[in-house]
Amino acid sequence: MDTDLNAPHSMGTTIIGVTYDGGVVLGADSRTSTGMYVANRASDKITQLTDNVYVCRSGSAADSQIVSDYVRYFLHQHTIQLGQPATVKVVANLVRLLSYQNKNMLQMGLIVGGWDKYEGAQIYSVPLGGTILRRPFAIGGSGSSYLYGFFDKEWKEGMSKDEAEKLVVEAVSLAIARDGASGGVVRTVTINADGVTRNFYTGDSLPLWHEELEPQNSLLDILSSSSAEPMST
Amino acid sequence: MATAAADLPPKGGFSFDLCRRNDMLLKKGVQMPSFRKTGTTIVGLVFQDGVILGADTRATEGPIVADKNCEKIHYMAPNIYCCGAGTAADTEAVTDMVSSQLQLHRYATGRESRVITALTLLKSHLFSYQGHISAALVLGGVDVTGPHLHTVYPHGSTDTLPFATMGSGSLAAMAVFESKFREGLTRDEGIKLVCEAICSGIFNDLGSGSNVDVCVITKGHKDYLRNHQLPNPRTYVSSKGYSFVKGHTEVLSTKITPLKERKVEAVEGDAMEE
Repeated sequence: MDTDLNAPHSMGTTIIGVTYDGGVVLGADSRTSTGMYVANRASDKITQLTDNVYVCRSGSAADSQIVSDYVRYFLHQHTIQLGQPATVKVVANLVRLLSYQNKNMLQMGLIVGGWDKYEGAQIYSVPLGGTILRRPFAIGGSGSSYLYGFFDKEWKEGMSKDEAEKLVVEAVSLAIARDGASGGVVRTVTINADGVTRNFYTGDSLPLWHEELEPQNSLLDILSSSSAEPMST
Repeated sequence: MATAAADLPPKGGFSFDLCRRNDMLLKKGVQMPSFRKTGTTIVGLVFQDGVILGADTRATEGPIVADKNCEKIHYMAPNIYCCGAGTAADTEAVTDMVSSQLQLHRYATGRESRVITALTLLKSHLFSYQGHISAALVLGGVDVTGPHLHTVYPHGSTDTLPFATMGSGSLAAMAVFESKFREGLTRDEGIKLVCEAICSGIFNDLGSGSNVDVCVITKGHKDYLRNHQLPNPRTYVSSKGYSFVKGHTEVLSTKITPLKERKVEAVEGDAMEE
């Protein structure tokens, strides 16, 4: 069998961060795989770093978990010393620092998103080499290659919260449809001045795209419901 | 200065020198000795009032069954247990080490250990060895914050799940869980489902076999059910025992070799001369 269970636990992933008018929406699928085996079909790739900053993780699960654990630990101290919440920029810069200094050891791409009172809603992308990019929207993971064109067309400045969340869910479901390493449910985190809201959309509630079928209990149902002679020419 | 610092022997941490030597030897065609790997089925699930862990009891060395009744559910703390798959030595060593750290932590704090503490200790240790310690674990326990079940991979990544399987039989066991698991199982239903998942590994995976071990952890109580099920009893043992009448075996030839007498001559020392 070519399900290599000894392969590193990694997240063939679709992750997205989008800014809208007054906040950010982070989105991710929920599939974690080891080789060809789905090790976890309901994982949470959107991790909390501080009260108002979250991160979307892609790449090696072990690496991204350790880095976000360290960042959370450092920011806890930082918040106490500062006496107020850390800014998104500080959080993203700390993520970048660890990614850059250990770039030889780490295989991961992160998207940091959050809200603070100084600069409002921000998205920072920290890809493989440990660079940092401030973006109005960012996409990452193996599924992102299917989404560049979609975002170039569909992302607009000054979207509402609901429009942004709809865009994220639609994008992740598009990537799930085409990328074998992404799947499961869609998870979103919305952060704005009012706080944080988490949402998740089950696989059967997502829109059906090209050539996708309605959920069926048995494939025989399809045969019996359509033409009486399935093999006729 | 820089070169002098580089020439200094490393002071600590894991040395990868021997890994590089082994890679070189492997390329030259040297066969490495194999480790005792527990081709394994281990599972865990969360039920109504706690956590149930399960494991088979076969240890293998390549194609050889090295131990037919080994223990794969390791003690971590009185309220936390951990199933191990992978290299037997590694799972044993890593769980023992973390369990002693937890004991010291309990002495220092005077409080019951938490599952998340065990999880963090395990993952940071495994991560620092970059997957060279091949221990794949299912960690379960009940603490002050409730029941918890986690899986830990050799590279140090972790998952939190309501039901989990690991080892070479994980696919067979997961098939059972995926079709029959539901939230809020009772204790008896949970034990039954865990046994069914382990048996599915025992019968359908070559790396797993023999008996079923179960560990039920609830708030303030645990039941380690060693050999809860014995689906593979020895069938070739006579219930009455074997007794052979004397002379049952035909004597083809007899030869008696007498013992040779061995003479030992005492060497006399030189007589003392006067």
